[in-house]
Amino acid sequence: MQISCDINGKAYTRHIEPDLVLIDFLRDLGFLSLKQGCDTTNCGLCTVWVDGTPRLSCAMLAAGIQGRQITTIEGVEKEAAAFGQFLAAQGADQCGFCSPGFIMNVLAMERELTDPSDDQIKHYLAGNLCRCTGYAGQMRAITLYLGARKGELSCE
Amino acid sequence: MFGLKEYRVAQSLDQADQLLHEHKNNVILGGLLWMRMGRKNYHTGIDLSQLGLDRILETEEAIEIGCMTRLRQIETSGILDACFGRVLADAVSHIVGVQFRNAATMGGSVFSRFSFSDVVTALLALETHVHLYRGGILPLETFLESSPQRDILVKLSLKKKAWKTSYQSHRMTATDFPVLAAAISCCEDRWRISLGARPSRAKLATKAAALLPKKPDAAQIAAACDQVVEEMSFGGNQRGTREYREILAKVLVKRGVEAVCR
Repeated sequence: MQISCDINGKAYTRHIEPDLVLIDFLRDLGFLSLKQGCDTTNCGLCTVWVDGTPRLSCAMLAAGIQGRQITTIEGVEKEAAAFGQFLAAQGADQCGFCSPGFIMNVLAMERELTDPSDDQIKHYLAGNLCRCTGYAGQMRAITLYLGARKGELSCE
Repeated sequence: MFGLKEYRVAQSLDQADQLLHEHKNNVILGGLLWMRMGRKNYHTGIDLSQLGLDRILETEEAIEIGCMTRLRQIETSGILDACFGRVLADAVSHIVGVQFRNAATMGGSVFSRFSFSDVVTALLALETHVHLYRGGILPLETFLESSPQRDILVKLSLKKKAWKTSYQSHRMTATDFPVLAAAISCCEDRWRISLGARPSRAKLATKAAALLPKKPDAAQIAAACDQVVEEMSFGGNQRGTREYREILAKVLVKRGVEAVCR
């Protein structure tokens, strides 16, 4: 079957198998930031935005993105790099395998929630697992990043 | 990994129903979250996403939830909050993560009759009816007791009443399945106590609910909690033993009734 969609602002048309999942479709196109860390739709590593909404690309058929807008971390490179500096400054970025999916969900949270509390941040990001850390560095990085976006703080 | 030979976007419920019955291995697609973990080979996957069934609508007497409504919509719906309190939002908010809840559908959650379901546990406490394309309109209790049919769950309807509600669950870790879940509601002086993940499918404790007056005292609540364990069956699995669940049931029901009374 044939599908057409928009990925990071560029139009794509491809022939696919009906049971191809989105993560495999995107990785075949060269979007190698996407990782799959589990087989149980639990880890959040494969997070992309579908029409601006964070979704697990491991649990969505590529056939289902006909006519829709897909955003991977490659499509929000500047924002991702800006937040990445905060992660690095807090020593929160260790093996880095979970970072693309985590950053995509942090940026989605920033768009959806206004001035989130620590509990709201933890709740929003509960579906992003990191096996290197205890999430404390990530929490510091997010708090500093959101503060900086309001013009209050820097990443140092 | 599951397999799919064909993918069809239904243009009407009629067409979806026709497609479903064209081949015994055709299947209605929900959020794909459970299906993608299986190894079954399906013939045609039928996508209902173009049928406008992803909405929460308010009528004079009920709230209607389309089968393609995502759990995240349930979590953030002002309409549901206003009519039922936080019971539905609290039930879905512990399920994996936001990305998962942006995919999982209400139709998939209910039609699959998952025994661990937070969603079904909460809906049972709210006089929910299931609208099936072929099977008509059934109370959720009746639907859960019936054997699986090849049908389409079109929508759910929840009666609008002066509900007071509470949702309680216990989990070994955040985002895991519940060890036990309880939804409690009260309207006027009629209580409903629903217990899910026992670990079998959610069910109402009708005799325990009948013991509760409009404003129960501590002794009446304790008697209802004892009755819950008396009338319902509990079992063991890797998350907890039968004995553990029986103790938990009393705790969760007590907390739920007290929360409703506050």
